[in-house]
Amino acid sequence: MSDAPDGDRAQILGGIRRSLRRGELTGDARNAVQARLASPPRGPAVARAQLPQPEKVALFCQWAETLNATVARVGAEEVPGEVTAYLARNNLPASVAMAPSPLLDGYDWSGQKMLSIRRGRGEGSDQVSVTGAFAGIAETGTVVMASGPDHPVSLNLLPDTHVVVLRESDIVGGYEDVWARLRARYGKNLMPRTVNTITGPSRTGDIEQAMELGAHGPRRMHILVVRD
Amino acid sequence: MSSSPANPSTRPRRVALFVTCLVDLFRPSVGFAAVKLLEDAGCTVDVPALQVCCGQPAYNSGDRATTRAIALQVIDAFEGYDAVVAPSGSCGGMLSHHYPGLFDDDPASKARAENLAGRSYELMSFLVDVLGVKKVAARYDGAVTYHDSCSGLRELGVKQQPRGLLGSVQGLALNEMKTPEVCCGFGGTFCVKYPEISNAMVAEKTADIAATGAGTLLAGDLGCLMNMAGKLQREGSAVQVRHVAEVLAGMGDLPAIGEPERG
Amino acid sequence: MESTAHAFKSNVGHALADPNLQDSLAKLKVGFSERRRQAAERLPEFEALRDRARDIKNHTLAHLDFYLEEFERKVIALGGKVHWAPTAADARRIIADLCKSVNARTVAKSKSMVAEEIALNEHLEALGIAPVETDLGEYIIQLRNEPPSHIIAPAVHLTKDQVADTFLEHHAKLGFDKRLTERNDLVAEARYVLRQKFLDADVGLTGANFLVAETGSSMLVTNEGNADLSNTLPRMHIVLASIEKVIPTLEDAAVLLRVLARSATGQESSAYTTLNTGPKKREDLDGPEQYHVVLLDNGRSSVLGTEMQEILRCIRCGACMNHCPVYGAVGGHAYGWVYPGPMGAVLTPQLVGVEEASNLPNASTFCGRCESVCPVRIPLPKLMRHWREREFEKHLTPKAVRQGLAMWSFLARRPALYRRLTAVANRVLALFGRADGRYSTLPLAGGWTRFRDFPAPQPGGTFHARWAARRKS
Repeated sequence: MSDAPDGDRAQILGGIRRSLRRGELTGDARNAVQARLASPPRGPAVARAQLPQPEKVALFCQWAETLNATVARVGAEEVPGEVTAYLARNNLPASVAMAPSPLLDGYDWSGQKMLSIRRGRGEGSDQVSVTGAFAGIAETGTVVMASGPDHPVSLNLLPDTHVVVLRESDIVGGYEDVWARLRARYGKNLMPRTVNTITGPSRTGDIEQAMELGAHGPRRMHILVVRD
Repeated sequence: MSSSPANPSTRPRRVALFVTCLVDLFRPSVGFAAVKLLEDAGCTVDVPALQVCCGQPAYNSGDRATTRAIALQVIDAFEGYDAVVAPSGSCGGMLSHHYPGLFDDDPASKARAENLAGRSYELMSFLVDVLGVKKVAARYDGAVTYHDSCSGLRELGVKQQPRGLLGSVQGLALNEMKTPEVCCGFGGTFCVKYPEISNAMVAEKTADIAATGAGTLLAGDLGCLMNMAGKLQREGSAVQVRHVAEVLAGMGDLPAIGEPERG
Repeated sequence: MESTAHAFKSNVGHALADPNLQDSLAKLKVGFSERRRQAAERLPEFEALRDRARDIKNHTLAHLDFYLEEFERKVIALGGKVHWAPTAADARRIIADLCKSVNARTVAKSKSMVAEEIALNEHLEALGIAPVETDLGEYIIQLRNEPPSHIIAPAVHLTKDQVADTFLEHHAKLGFDKRLTERNDLVAEARYVLRQKFLDADVGLTGANFLVAETGSSMLVTNEGNADLSNTLPRMHIVLASIEKVIPTLEDAAVLLRVLARSATGQESSAYTTLNTGPKKREDLDGPEQYHVVLLDNGRSSVLGTEMQEILRCIRCGACMNHCPVYGAVGGHAYGWVYPGPMGAVLTPQLVGVEEASNLPNASTFCGRCESVCPVRIPLPKLMRHWREREFEKHLTPKAVRQGLAMWSFLARRPALYRRLTAVANRVLALFGRADGRYSTLPLAGGWTRFRDFPAPQPGGTFHARWAARRKS
């Protein structure tokens, strides 16, 4: 193991302080920076992130579709049926890896006789995953995934097709609203291991700058926006 | 010329022309065109004798001491005028945007440099933004295209002013390039220090010019114009290259840049 | 990576003569700048966000020691580790030791310019550890044994056909023995080949776009999802980041994210923006058991407090090179090291020495387009000019330039003498140019007349001579 010697740390921090022509921050200067850290100032407000809730939902759907996801707006009771129907419409196998989340368990999957469901983390061979979402961001049509026992990160990445179940009431305006929700849920300064904010399917422009979908992550992202 | 300044009483009257060394040596008609445009707008124009160059060659080569010496000389030469006007965005920008920064360690000179900077203008912007000139009495038959020289565009915001005035020239049509705002590759000493890169850049520019179908190329900086004219002529192009001030001042019948005297 | 910045001029010659490169650059020049323009127009607050982005970075740099310590404190509290690397060699050693501690055989790497800066791949290979680049562009150039030519699009210098040939050469042994012609097939083949590498990798190594002091998180922005696979599947995640990547809070990240993707690719948002905070928690179903952050200085702390400090605001979006006509003419390899274009022309002399990279800050027309699109408003031409001043002070400016400059400044400071000489020059030049109005060759102006005619002066004397005559009459 390579515990960096204290000397290296002191060398870098000392070098910074020498360049800034001061010692370690103390007194009022330190208090001011700590205060900024404790109550972070927001940047300039982005108008399109400040809409009333129904317009936020509409904007979310509009951007998600513009950025190559597909969206279905459904009632809670329609969620399982829509998953099955989506797979059929796209000639995908009726077999999914599903996040073991209370949200998804709250829907009645018993009617989907043809659908095979495996609960757990993602495997390299998975074709389709179904997960919930911690939030949606209206400003850019982005879904936000917080890792945890109910949401393995691998489900967001390994399958070819990612089906996301997102409640309308979880759609917020911009990133700042997501941070507020994270702090409320996990505690100030605390975070899940991974927060993935995902905007549409995986893509690359690395060959001649032409966008191609499905670089390493899912080629398709289907978002079920569920009415509350 | 008919001009309609917002408030004639506060207009700068006593104007000094910063000729620029390229105009002085290669294309004096640009200087006379500038004088005519300024006089038509009601200004009294002086040309201080002690001016040579704004100092950009030294400044952009990293020779700060020489730049400061030249800047002080320019500051002296142009003391007391209401406005200092250059038919060039890069020289005008040098005076108005770069001189003060040369004297961060010399408050007295810095104050003088800031005073000069506050009175210094590029010609098109002075005519339109300061004097309120909206049209000129000139005629130029044919289609022209206009190149936005970099310093004028990005340091001084010269974009609509020349286009607006050109719109009042009888017989003239403006065909825009696809990328009029991309550098022509002149860059002062750059074009001889890195001739291959400069050539690639100007070749792209001449292709863009040719694609407009315009018979005349205009711009507001003689360095860029000489670079583009030289490339067009090497390529055998018949496009005529002129400083925008010449066309606006009704001097569009002079031989174009790089063309022989007629007759 | 070994620098060839000293050979800039001959690199330029090769670049201008490479038809594949020129084809690729032609696409780049229109693509990136047009998409950025549209993205900026779609967001009315874009300019205000750029101002704030600049202010956030300035604030952070002024308190860099504080935020780095705060970041470290959070990472340790979460069960991760922070390693401080004053030099590139220190960073290489730290990463190699970490890899050895888990007996790593392969490392899945997500594109990291800092890893290029410290030449990590060569180091790992020498130790028998295989680094696998997983960003498609980086993967392509790793197969071709080439350096990246762009900080966000490392293979932007290549055409589709070149990629197809490279894949055929390297993938045939894996059973892919058909030469592909479609981009989506090339992407699919790389996905298939790399998927297995992800599953096999012992260590995932990523860079970071930002390190968030408030939470101890590293933030990564990608389009492909390769960084996320790298930080989720292997049992150790190493984040390699330079010290100026730290920012105070998530709110600050929101501002920077809004300008980053739009400036870089003209996207509203990149596909994946990921916050990694510590190792796998006990109840998590996946994720790495170890989380390490290597903080690299490599000369940056000494840039603070100098006239070059503003370059440390850079968020590596690539907009400056996408809009640079010099980069557009010669591409990234000509610059000879990791960071090309205007930001590279400022940063490279700092990192490899101004003697080695003396050409880079000079190879600019100061057209200012880079500064006009920089999301954190770095005055790149001004910083390049500062390098030219340092070169002049150190007598690194080429002799011919110095001599010409000395002669010119002697004259420029003596207006009367200058006036007499230019009057003669004007007459002589006008006389010889009278027939054609221009010269196709001119003594001492070979750099000009090799490619261009030189316009002759108008006959009739200099402006000042004619003005004086007009005054008299």
